[in-house]
Amino acid sequence: MTVSILHRISGDGLAIVGASMFLWWLYAIAAGPEAYAAFVAIVWKDPSPEITLFHQVTNILGKVVLVGLTWAFFQHLFSGLRHFVLDAGAGYELKTNKLWSAVVIAAGLFATAATWLFILWGNLNG
Amino acid sequence: MGNGTHLGKVRGLGSAQHGSHHWLQQRLSALGNLLLVGFLVASLLRLPLGDHGAVSRWAADPLVAFALIMLVVSVFWHLRLGLQVLIEDYVHGDATRLLALVALNFYAIGGAAFGIFTIARIALAPVVPGPGGM
Repeated sequence: MTVSILHRISGDGLAIVGASMFLWWLYAIAAGPEAYAAFVAIVWKDPSPEITLFHQVTNILGKVVLVGLTWAFFQHLFSGLRHFVLDAGAGYELKTNKLWSAVVIAAGLFATAATWLFILWGNLNG
Repeated sequence: MGNGTHLGKVRGLGSAQHGSHHWLQQRLSALGNLLLVGFLVASLLRLPLGDHGAVSRWAADPLVAFALIMLVVSVFWHLRLGLQVLIEDYVHGDATRLLALVALNFYAIGGAAFGIFTIARIALAPVVPGPGGM
């Protein structure tokens, strides 16, 4: 039940926010170095010493959205894999079903945390 | 058709014919997403994302550009199917639902076309001459 609604929420979030950000990123790459730097300055980090309030806000918001998308990706991936198993007709016994629903949620949270620890670790050493 | 229950009205009419098609397409594109988005996420974690030159050289590689185009097709196909179900479940009223479905198709087809165009633009970018060029 919870996994089902999370599948829908994560999927719709990826479809609207994730796909839009992906297109924005592709556009920024295609538009050249300056457009790309402007994209990074909004979404990730504005390197200028006199950073505007707008960029201060979007730098935080961008990371919140990216963490959210990371979670949505893993959640949707794992609950999607669960759906493949259910499609095959397996895993409907109450106990098994409950167990794997819990595993899916835990795996989504764990993978999100692991990914961001990896990113932070790279940022500290890069 | 009688004026009985909802079930009574549709019983015997057979399916609307599109259900299994939608179901299968959703699974096929899910499989595509599994491979292609997995590739994208792995790449994003390895790329120096602040470096425009490195990112565009990566995206311009013929195999990567091809995979990115396939990704756009698979993802936008999948999200069109998924958002369609969302609209069918939550948007009531014939006119608003139609409007929402039209908007969804514009987003899905327009977004995919835009994505493919930008990837092609990156992969086929005009050659910039060395130092002293743009």
